[in-house]
Amino acid sequence: MKDNLMKHINEQNAWHELTPGGMIYGSGNSEHFNTGEWRVAVPTFIEDKCKQCLLCVPVCPDSAIPVVDSKRLDFDFDHCKGCGICYKVCPFDAITFKKIGE
Amino acid sequence: MAIRERLSGNEAVSIAIRQVNPDVMAAFPITPSTEIPQFISTYVANGTIDTEFVAVESEHSAMSACMGSQAAGARTVTATSSCGLALMWEMLYVVASARLPLTLCCINRALTGPININNDHSDSMGARDAGWVQIYAENAQEAYDNYIQCVRIGEHKDVQLPVMACQDGFITSHAVENILLLEDAEVKAFVGEYEPEKYLLNEKEAVSMGPYDIANYYMEHKYQQKVALDNAKQVIYDVAAEFEKMSGRKYGMIEEYMMEDAEYAMVIIGSSAGTAKDAVDKMRAEGKKVGLVKVRVYRPFPEEEMVKALSGMKGVVVMDKAEGYSALGGPLGADVKAALFGRTDAVVLNIVYGLGGRDVRVESIEEAYGRLFAAVEAGSVPFGYDYLGLRK
Repeated sequence: MKDNLMKHINEQNAWHELTPGGMIYGSGNSEHFNTGEWRVAVPTFIEDKCKQCLLCVPVCPDSAIPVVDSKRLDFDFDHCKGCGICYKVCPFDAITFKKIGE
Repeated sequence: MAIRERLSGNEAVSIAIRQVNPDVMAAFPITPSTEIPQFISTYVANGTIDTEFVAVESEHSAMSACMGSQAAGARTVTATSSCGLALMWEMLYVVASARLPLTLCCINRALTGPININNDHSDSMGARDAGWVQIYAENAQEAYDNYIQCVRIGEHKDVQLPVMACQDGFITSHAVENILLLEDAEVKAFVGEYEPEKYLLNEKEAVSMGPYDIANYYMEHKYQQKVALDNAKQVIYDVAAEFEKMSGRKYGMIEEYMMEDAEYAMVIIGSSAGTAKDAVDKMRAEGKKVGLVKVRVYRPFPEEEMVKALSGMKGVVVMDKAEGYSALGGPLGADVKAALFGRTDAVVLNIVYGLGGRDVRVESIEEAYGRLFAAVEAGSVPFGYDYLGLRK
């Protein structure tokens, strides 16, 4: 299901090259879009302070905190929208949060 | 072997739905279409059909449920009238753009206000630009035959559009007429199984429907709908030809009556066409060269058929059972004039008639032809349009 069945669809396509009614084939294709560019504020992961409690992971609305072997990694900035929820829940000040440009 | 019966239009369509045995019906009762969900829910309760009947809380929910159901991969039907159709408005467009070929039995009733339960075409005429195929019946037989064909037309791979099967409230929906029904097995074989290429409940192939469409895609998707509606015409003829083989009854985009040597033509939709045929017979007996064009399929509009049928006429009177409030005329009048523009020298009159159940008699139709004769005699086309059967 991770195949990008929509990769041939782009803004140069003629009407008959698009799917009927704009139907999206396949699943999980939001992964293929860099929606992180909408971000106006950015969280920063401070690994030294992190206790790997993983409270931040389930509250992220964009699944932008990757977890490998029960440990969180740095943010997936292609998909993080900068909502700041992870920063709010972190009990250990392991996430800072700033508006871009500040 | 045809089954001879006497049925109302609502009964006839309900039997057609029973014979099609759709997967889902979601509907909310509204006069005069109420009997249809009533009969279907009775069939379901009695175990005659295995349709899932969804009793919803409004027509907004009915069309939403139908949309979800058809998207899931289920053959879906609903029925409504008047304000019920109006409450479906938002979803009518979404269903068409999502290319979901569900069927809607529209029992034409005046759109409030003032509140009125009787027949005219103001409900479905308002939905004429929603991207649905619209087919109108003159009588119960046509309502039955049209519904069975509508299922095939919408689901055809070249079309994939929702279809509205319209008949006149009370006049057709409640009056009992002689009718010929098809055998259950014949209808079942004719409509076959609904086999969508993509559907939401296909566990082997995930899809998402109805996504947000940015400016770079919207126009191409609207054009896809236009092409599908254009394609519907050939499919309507093909399905009608197949239906004729089975039933012996012939259908097309329009029906021409006494048009071979006619000089004056009337264009009309629905049950009034039956009254108008009687008027044509009477006037023909008096030596008047009158004919009739009945619009069966209104969307897609039968442009070529209309121009061909009306070419060479001295005068054409277009009858609208809906007030368009365009200050120019009714919807059918505007469409027929647009089709004829630059292609004929005929005097074209547009008359609004029969609003909110106002009686339409043979004499009413004669009066409309009379006004046409006068306009042709005067050799000029008056601005605007006029009412028939109005107290002045």
